[in-house]
Amino acid sequence: MPELRLSQAPAHVRHGSNIGQPLTRRDGILKVTGTARFAADNHLPGMLYAVIATSSIARGRVTFLDVEAAKHHPGIVDVMTPAHKPPLAVDPEAKTNPFAFRLDLLHSDRVRYANQPIAVVIAESLEAATQGAKLLAPRYEAEPARVGLDANESYVPPSVGLFNQAEVQHGDANAALAAAPMRIEATYETPAQYHNAMEPHGVVAAWDGDTLSLDMPTQGLVMTRARIAELFGIAPEHIHIRSPFLGGGFGSKGIAVGPQILGIMAARLVGRPVKLVLGREQMYGPVGHRSATRQTMRIGADRDGTLTAIAHHAKISTSTFDDFYEPAADASHPLYASPAIATSHEAVRLDIGTPLFMRAPGEATGSIVLESVLDEAAWACRMDPLAFRIKNYAEVEPMSGRPFSSKRLRECYAQGAQRFGWSQRPLAPRQMRDDAGLLVGWGMGTAIFPALMFEAQARAVLRSDGTGVVESGTHDMGQGAWTAFAQIAADSLGLDLEQIEFKAGTSDLPDAGIAGGSAHTATAGSAIQDAGAAVIAKLADLATRDQHSPLFGAGNAGVIARGGRLFRRDDETRSESYADILRRAGVNELEARGKGAIDPAAQANYAMYAHGAVFAEVKVDPELGQIRATRMVGAFAVGRIINPKLVRSQLFGGMIWGQSFALNEEAITDRRSGRIINANLAEYHIPVHADVGALDVITVDEHDPHVNALGIKGVGEIGVVGSAGAVANAVWHATGVRVRRFPIRIDDVLEG
Amino acid sequence: MINFQYVRANSIADAVNLIADDPAAKFVAGGTNLIDLMKMDVEQPTKLIDISRLALDKVEDTAEGGLRIGAMVRNSDLAYHPAVEARYPVLSSAIRAGASQQLRNMASTGGNLLQRTRCAYFYDIALPCNKRTPGSGCGALAGHNRMHAILGTSDACIAVFPSDMCVALALLEARVHVSGPNGARTIAFDAFHRLPGETPQRDNNLEPGEMIVAVELPSAGFASNYSYLKIRDRLSYAFALVSVGVGLEIADGRIKAARLALGGVAHKPWRDTRAEAALAGQAANEAVFRQAADIVLRDARGFGHNNFKIELARRAIIRALTQAANGTPQSQSNKKIA
Ligand SMILES: Cc1cc2nc3c(=O)[nH]c(=O)nc-3n(C[C@H](O)[C@H](O)[C@H](O)COP(=O)(O)OP(=O)(O)OC[C@H]3O[C@@H](n4cnc5c(N)ncnc54)[C@H](O)[C@@H]3O)c2cc1C
Repeated sequence: MPELRLSQAPAHVRHGSNIGQPLTRRDGILKVTGTARFAADNHLPGMLYAVIATSSIARGRVTFLDVEAAKHHPGIVDVMTPAHKPPLAVDPEAKTNPFAFRLDLLHSDRVRYANQPIAVVIAESLEAATQGAKLLAPRYEAEPARVGLDANESYVPPSVGLFNQAEVQHGDANAALAAAPMRIEATYETPAQYHNAMEPHGVVAAWDGDTLSLDMPTQGLVMTRARIAELFGIAPEHIHIRSPFLGGGFGSKGIAVGPQILGIMAARLVGRPVKLVLGREQMYGPVGHRSATRQTMRIGADRDGTLTAIAHHAKISTSTFDDFYEPAADASHPLYASPAIATSHEAVRLDIGTPLFMRAPGEATGSIVLESVLDEAAWACRMDPLAFRIKNYAEVEPMSGRPFSSKRLRECYAQGAQRFGWSQRPLAPRQMRDDAGLLVGWGMGTAIFPALMFEAQARAVLRSDGTGVVESGTHDMGQGAWTAFAQIAADSLGLDLEQIEFKAGTSDLPDAGIAGGSAHTATAGSAIQDAGAAVIAKLADLATRDQHSPLFGAGNAGVIARGGRLFRRDDETRSESYADILRRAGVNELEARGKGAIDPAAQANYAMYAHGAVFAEVKVDPELGQIRATRMVGAFAVGRIINPKLVRSQLFGGMIWGQSFALNEEAITDRRSGRIINANLAEYHIPVHADVGALDVITVDEHDPHVNALGIKGVGEIGVVGSAGAVANAVWHATGVRVRRFPIRIDDVLEG
Repeated sequence: MINFQYVRANSIADAVNLIADDPAAKFVAGGTNLIDLMKMDVEQPTKLIDISRLALDKVEDTAEGGLRIGAMVRNSDLAYHPAVEARYPVLSSAIRAGASQQLRNMASTGGNLLQRTRCAYFYDIALPCNKRTPGSGCGALAGHNRMHAILGTSDACIAVFPSDMCVALALLEARVHVSGPNGARTIAFDAFHRLPGETPQRDNNLEPGEMIVAVELPSAGFASNYSYLKIRDRLSYAFALVSVGVGLEIADGRIKAARLALGGVAHKPWRDTRAEAALAGQAANEAVFRQAADIVLRDARGFGHNNFKIELARRAIIRALTQAANGTPQSQSNKKIA
């Protein structure tokens, strides 16, 4: 088991209070020296290579696979097909729980999307398996592909996102719109986007009887283990998953994906360890994506800019065989005060892989449209976009009337605007030029993301030498989670970082829940904090009952744990080291478990969100239409910050993602074949370094006593949210052209 | 990808013999295009003949005052070669506008001339493409064709030849030295690449078994008045929507001679000698540049998604000519765009 010890990593460790220190990520050196071992880096003795053959059509049936030809190729060990595969304990179509997405596990000859797995070739070498997959030369009975939001009849989905209602009304939006002196209606489109984590999905699987050993990236170790256990009909305890590092996940590695299960099936079929890793182009289909959307917004306002109605409708797509509905319109629920808010969704079933959570699912797609239309409304009222937003500031959660657990958005607006120089912005578009004659535009957007909590567990141990061990099966996806958790763990035990060992990344550790919803630090962090506090309580109990301890009798006054010692709270001259307390008590190890979960009472009483404001500058060549994002300032209020350096990086990454949403990302589908024709990183554009201008992040101090004991709100996704709209609005302000289809490209702003 | 053999050529003659013996073989130089195409099963050579270690990596002065560039000179080495930077800066600029630093470190001069189109329908063997599979149809014509050609197209193919470097070579009137089973010959740059016509499977006029040995530049380098302007969807690592290479000779405010070639718009680097002739003898001003642009684009035709390229090309031509006339060309290295 690749065990990361803390001593391996951090380049700079500060002593004293750990939380709040800008520590360098403990995985950094491992990664830049190539010694961090990702799933696909594992090689087991006797291991075989599996390569998936994928469908070239989007809809129809596979009528023939030349298995014989493949099998005759040197090095091929076996070919897994619908007719030849190990049995599964449950139907891969069965919805055994809401997170059990239907998987394509060769259970039928049906083809439901392009790039669907249709066979798996297992060979002694990657090269042989690759050629074997080619030799299968499938034949199909093809039916016309239905792709694009108009390719099928639409319906109202049963729910959107995670069990949100598809249609929600607060007040009477239609009546308010009819009565509004200012009305804006606009339709926007956002394209399908793919997660494109740098590390492709993969698995190294080894069976030993009914025991299964897996190296695979996952954002949810225990959920993934449960799903695999269910599919193969074995006990979860018989599955051991190692996922020490993920090369990004963004939601597409939440639960085991079909291709990973196919790798495990292949290992079962041949009775040897198997490695299966997707090629980049194979990631465009079976592992999720962000749905394309078409959104219509209607906004009503008084002449002074007070919103009277927001009506947000989103058309979205899902696959023909499963349900995931991008909750795009829900972005209009929590942000701006309006007496009437109506949101609705409409879905179509297409011949595509099932969409999935992708960084800020719903928030990203909905926010760019909301922020754009708000900008249109501000201009219609001839108001500064920031003033317009402040005018419609929500003092309570608009739909429910609940107070916010904390909300320092006003400070975000103020500090961000100040740093950016927003007050110099001319109201009208096309007013600013730089020295080279380029059009300059400034735009802004508000960021918001719910402060979620799932459930997690942790275990903490104090050893007789006064050092500690903390365990929780957390996931480091590149965000630096382990460093932040180690900081929380050290503080919870009152120890320095060097004195604790933090264990994470394997499925035999306490369940850390899922690294998603920007809730991992809050959830697993709370569990860790809880476990540490429980051990310290036990230790305090030992000491205060022991007449030989200087802390004897301090029970009521209480003790403080710091630097490996307990101090009497009311008299810090009286203290004793952990090691001494344990030694005298004859205790070798003191252990406790902890739990992190939302406090239902707090949740019922408070609306909990992180907030932010993003200001962006773009420059546009007036004749040639080239758009450059030159500057972005984001100010965020995200509760307690465990590690400012990591938080900054997360927010930078989110802001760049937002820019990418506005200006670059788009999966292009060939309408006739249903195939994605830019399924590679050369043509599926994201910003390259040269495209990213100056980035600046401000974190506004925020103390939230309600979200959780640590006051953490989460930073993983919020950076995307306001940024996309800010960049889009800056393009309008530079050019005067309002582009309502994303990404915005040269062709869109070339003036006639 | 299918299995293949790999051999190393010891000399030019050896390379030419090896390929003559095995028509299903291919030369590999930097491999940046060929290996990708093999992974996608677009190219399926049974043998790769590695020419990357041949002594074709020199840049030498010619007796005529030009430069002879070996086929294995890497794109980066060429772009930053002092003689190229000083005497043919438009070539330097064009190369630096292409691909990424890592790719340019691998890519060779010969390979750059022979890189294949980036048309998505060519790359995806599940889709029709007359260039890949003659007679299967053109997927781009009624498909997604935003990146496609607006000049010199045919009903069989609207693919674009993607090279930046070759736009500069076209306007510099380079000559291509090749060696083959029938000996050596020299091909004028304009006669090297082809328009698609009815045979889009043929990108160029190289005969089977022929190998590029060198590219030769004549002396005229247009070092004081030039521009290579590349318009693309992001600042680096993106193919041209439209690119314009310009070289001018200017005396007393008048254009004595002009060279003008476009990339990203046709099946070959699109040089327009009529537009060049129209520029010659004129004052260097916008009206004249506009006229030249109109000549270049007189027969331009869009296919839907790429209609915007016509107007974009017009403006890019005017901009590039203006930059060249002013002697303030864009710098690909510091990424200024105006
Ligand atoms: C992601 C990506 C982005 C790119 N972006 C750009 C861009 O923006 N602009 C641009 O101009 N280019 C771009 N390129 C293309 C790049 O310039 C070419 O791949 C490169 O120039 C090819 O050179 P090579 O030596 O690697 O050729 P190889 O891949 O080795 O060979 C290409 C072809 O030429 C043949 N060949 C090679 N040398 C000879 C020879 N001496 N004689 C006869 N035949 C020969 C080979 O048989 C093969 O058919 C990009 C490439 C990639 C992969």
